[in-house]
Amino acid sequence: MTDNIKTDTHPAPLDERAQMNAEAQAAADKASTYEHGWSSDIEQEFAEKGLNEDTVRFISAKKEEPEWMLDWRLKAFRIWQDMESPDWAKLDIPMIDYQDAYYYAEPKKKPELDSLDDVDPEILRVYEKLGIPIAEQEVLAGVKGARKVAVDAVFDSVSVATTFREELEAAGVIFRSISEAIREYPDLVRKYLGKVVPVKDNYFAALNCAVFSDGTFVYVPEGVRCPMELSTYFRINAENTGQFERTLIVADKGAYVSYLEGCTAPQRDENQLHAAVVELVALDDAEIKYSTVQNWYPGDENGKGGIYNFVTKRGLCAGARSKISWTQVETGSAITWKYPSCVLNGENSVGEFYSVALTNNHQQADTGTKMIHNGKGSRSTIISKGISAGKSDNTYRGLVRVGPNAENVRNFTQCDSLLLGDTCGAHTVPYIEVKNPTAQIEHEATTSKISDDQMFYAQQRGLDEEEAVSLIVNGFAKDVLKELPMEFAVEAQKLLAISLEGSVG
Amino acid sequence: MLKIENLHATIGDTEILKGLSLEINAGEVHAIMGPNGAGKSTLAYVLGGRDGYEVTEGSATFNGQDILDMDPHERAALGLFLGFQYPVEIPGVSNLQFLRESLNSQRKSRDEEPLSGGEFIKLAKEKAALLKMDMDMLKRAVNVGFSGGEKKRNEMVQMGILNPELAILDETDSGLDIDALRTVGSGINAIMRDEKKAVLLITHYQRLLDEVQPDYVHVLAKGRIVKTGGPELALQLEEQGYEAVAA
Repeated sequence: MTDNIKTDTHPAPLDERAQMNAEAQAAADKASTYEHGWSSDIEQEFAEKGLNEDTVRFISAKKEEPEWMLDWRLKAFRIWQDMESPDWAKLDIPMIDYQDAYYYAEPKKKPELDSLDDVDPEILRVYEKLGIPIAEQEVLAGVKGARKVAVDAVFDSVSVATTFREELEAAGVIFRSISEAIREYPDLVRKYLGKVVPVKDNYFAALNCAVFSDGTFVYVPEGVRCPMELSTYFRINAENTGQFERTLIVADKGAYVSYLEGCTAPQRDENQLHAAVVELVALDDAEIKYSTVQNWYPGDENGKGGIYNFVTKRGLCAGARSKISWTQVETGSAITWKYPSCVLNGENSVGEFYSVALTNNHQQADTGTKMIHNGKGSRSTIISKGISAGKSDNTYRGLVRVGPNAENVRNFTQCDSLLLGDTCGAHTVPYIEVKNPTAQIEHEATTSKISDDQMFYAQQRGLDEEEAVSLIVNGFAKDVLKELPMEFAVEAQKLLAISLEGSVG
Repeated sequence: MLKIENLHATIGDTEILKGLSLEINAGEVHAIMGPNGAGKSTLAYVLGGRDGYEVTEGSATFNGQDILDMDPHERAALGLFLGFQYPVEIPGVSNLQFLRESLNSQRKSRDEEPLSGGEFIKLAKEKAALLKMDMDMLKRAVNVGFSGGEKKRNEMVQMGILNPELAILDETDSGLDIDALRTVGSGINAIMRDEKKAVLLITHYQRLLDEVQPDYVHVLAKGRIVKTGGPELALQLEEQGYEAVAA
């Protein structure tokens, strides 16, 4: 923490001045250490602290869910109780007391909204702080020919605003909060929910199945190209509230959809558990592009606080020639445990994984992907860029598996690690399991440091130390950043720079 | 413009510069020649402010300001440019992005408005044409996959865009064929021949000095300037070698 901030520019009584100093100090600390470190005052309605069957029933009742959904949750809860938290990742995970957390919080009940004008101004202000003003997006949407961004605003687990719904509906696209979808499209949800990530897939997925609070459902019908990028901005706001998002996206035959997910969280001392599940299903000739920028609170310089992010993301290329592409920029969270994967069952289906994972201070990330090739002629590409600074640890863990009946599979993997300083770690753990001799698998890996030559060269041209690091790091990550939709690319570059502040010199 | 007095500098425990003095005024071109290991590149790095080079004695001022305590980017913003003997590759960063950010960062330090995208491209086109460099080269990553000659021309394009007051060019002529040497030479003249600017050429060979006529030639040996003369000194060095001349 900084102790040298001078604030006494005008005279005041000593004790008052001391207090002012303390306040200014606190504000300065906050501002300097975490750009999105603020919180807002929206009234919460909590489920009682702790986790048991009653908690599950409470959530299900709050959501006015049908019986089958409650049964599914309860089954998941019982399975979860018999499971153990996984310990195979290269992560040092503190004990999590699941009984010492809230599992449900929602903003005060509001009537359904017709337009953004009806949205709580507090929420709009929050988005503006994030640099993503909805108001501006509306203006953008009004410009003829401009690409439109639909925002399903998830605010503390409950959808409060859904925009562009009508236009999407005209195209036949269903874009709902998952709670709404469960009520309005039960058959569709039931057909796919838990089919890509089964309830008992892993500890955190099972927990999510039991207590997921809300999330997003997208269905793009046969032959429809979704007329706009779909995006969801998540924010975790309530102290000690775990966030359990559930996302299900189905692209029917020949459909196309691009989905953006961006996250940032206010600063809290308490650790916040996040265990989301995302399931994607692509039928014949369908394509899903899923992009994430994740900037949750990473904890302070000493490793105190920060989000625990245990996410299960998996896509099923069920149909022939289907394609699923994951792009992620992960800069936040104290602990990241995340492996967006593709199950390539369709013939000639395609899976892609583009990742930038940046860790600083005491952050730990164990992230990567799984490409499961079951379909003939299926292909996958993995580009992973790990950036480690401070005392952080950054692991790429990836599996490429080729089943016995999958002829002519191809995979290309490139894993590059960049180290800043000499107290951080970068690790690459590739698993390759090939049961068909016709497969062609390539794996390339590099580890490098930012060289003194590069730093001096950039500084001699006029960049200061942090600008030089930011430029070199963004260059390193470019192959991934260019896969992001325009809306995210600039934000992502800014994030990389912000996340590395103070890591040099 | 640049005034160096009794400069001593070390790398680790080894003293490389041992009392070097040199004064360069606006409108002048100086050449420093000298045998390998004399300290020519060290002088360039010390003036640029590179880490690991420690000044133990003496001073260096630029337009009256002590530059030795400044960070490299602060010296750059004052108008000091270093042409690198071995230009560095920065993968994934285009030349245009690199130079625009560098230039605007310099302008910010000088309280000048940043250049817009359009203004910058216009400037870059003009300077690239001067060095007969294809704009497509500027869209590629900084020095990645460039030949030796292309890297050196790229240094001169950068110099043109950043428009420094003083350019220190460290063996900019090495690795250039005859045509490229002419292009680079005329580029240096076009960009830097100005009564408000100055150039310090570090070179081994007369041939660059045929293109860029120096006003003064210095011989650097064992960490100090041992002889100073006019352009004829370079010719004499070429004929007789350093040992005979510097003895």
